Amino acid sequence: MTFKCDKCDKPATIHLTEIVDGQKTEKHLCEDCAVTEGITVKTNLPISQLLEDFVLQTSSSVEASQELNCDVCGLTYEQFREQTLLGCPNDYEAFAPVLGPLLERAQEGATQHIGKVPHRAGNDQKKQNAILRIRAELKGAIAAEDYERAAALRDQIKELENT
Amino acid sequence: MKLTDLTRRAGEWLRGAGPMHDVVISSRIRLARNLAGMPFLSRCAPAQQEELANRLRDTILEAKIAPGMLYVDIVSAGELDRELLVERHLISRQQAEAKHPCGVAVNADEDLAIMVNEEDHLRIQVLRSGLQLSETIGKIMQVDDTLEEHMDFAFHSRFGYLTACPSNVGTGLRVSVMLHLPALKMTGEVEKAFRAASDMHLAIRGLYGEGTEASGDFFQVSNQTTIGKTEERIVEEFCEQIIPNFIDYERRARESLLSRRCSAVEDKIFRSVSLLRSARLIGSDETMYLLSLVRMGVHMGKVKDIDLKTINELFLLTQPAHLQRILNRTMEPPERSEARAEFIRRRLGAT
Repeated sequence: MTFKCDKCDKPATIHLTEIVDGQKTEKHLCEDCAVTEGITVKTNLPISQLLEDFVLQTSSSVEASQELNCDVCGLTYEQFREQTLLGCPNDYEAFAPVLGPLLERAQEGATQHIGKVPHRAGNDQKKQNAILRIRAELKGAIAAEDYERAAALRDQIKELENT
Repeated sequence: MKLTDLTRRAGEWLRGAGPMHDVVISSRIRLARNLAGMPFLSRCAPAQQEELANRLRDTILEAKIAPGMLYVDIVSAGELDRELLVERHLISRQQAEAKHPCGVAVNADEDLAIMVNEEDHLRIQVLRSGLQLSETIGKIMQVDDTLEEHMDFAFHSRFGYLTACPSNVGTGLRVSVMLHLPALKMTGEVEKAFRAASDMHLAIRGLYGEGTEASGDFFQVSNQTTIGKTEERIVEEFCEQIIPNFIDYERRARESLLSRRCSAVEDKIFRSVSLLRSARLIGSDETMYLLSLVRMGVHMGKVKDIDLKTINELFLLTQPAHLQRILNRTMEPPERSEARAEFIRRRLGAT
């Protein structure tokens, strides 16, 4: 059996049965109305949407970003906007002015990798990431008012920086 | 190992009763990796895509990552086999429909699958039953280390592992835990749990991942943040916080159903058992719905003559491609409904 949305005529995909004090009520809503009603939230904001929002918000950057393109794979900013896929590793450099803020919005504010580093990547890179990782821990320690641990972490950073 | 060997049994993730199996069906981690010095797939010329597929296949098979690795060339595989791999969660729907050279390497235990030329050059996946994320991360990192000995991955000091879509950049790591939440669905609290999940930057998807609707009682919870946290931290958040919360909510909902609406719940469960044991025509959606209730009934201690293994297997083996492979004939949906009903009756010991 298919239901139509209680609010509009689209097919309902969210079905809710509520029992309050023995009184049963049923609601059938389409996704959009369920969001408006506050019953569901769009859990997965596509990156294209974020990109668009970002571009709309920072209109001054529009002109500048439209001139961006990658001289390695030839991808233009317009093409990236359409496909939301990058063309080659160099695009991360070529589109960095747009990608940085975009990632910040999509990725809980982070734009710096602190995880695994390939074995073959230079030791320097590994060291840099190790320092970043400890810095992230340090931030947590300070927030948790664990000053003893914070001091130990600071020492670790100093030691790494001096080697 | 051949592809046909896979059909008669369920994959590892459905075979076992891993930790917390009353609520957690499976734990999956995947890593996205791309070769350094190569364009991402969408910018590769057809000849480059082919060269990549061959090179990656040879490297994976020669690297001796796991015993009995099987490589399936997706484009030359038949439609039914492609569908079979999707049903077993070994390739994505997107890859099953691909027209460019691509493939998947699967180990004998079927807990490891390496997709070649999906959105990224490599998508490494480890899939285990129940809540086993620490084992899963351990294994996938080992596979990644082994592969790294044979090739250079695109990596950037700031952005980490570089991926075709910026939504995977950094660790390239996506954790997906599949949950069975029939009680939360029944009490209507599931939306509340999802709202909380969304605030924690998690994505909720259906049984078959990206783009599939969260239908029925099965949901996949996955991280959306892939940069700015270590791999271990991402996994820890799932093990220590996110998943225990879901388990707790679902268990409480089950208890509350049993104490407040016991006969209504029992009615639903035992009607489902009877329907499965007596139906003559049954579609895959209805099968899924009924099996979900029976599964909950087993965990509530209500259904005693059907074991979890049988139910888990039925989830997979009653799906269209599996059913046709097992019965060794191609069938249109009406014929499948009849064959499915008969298959289920046999497995559940009915006549």
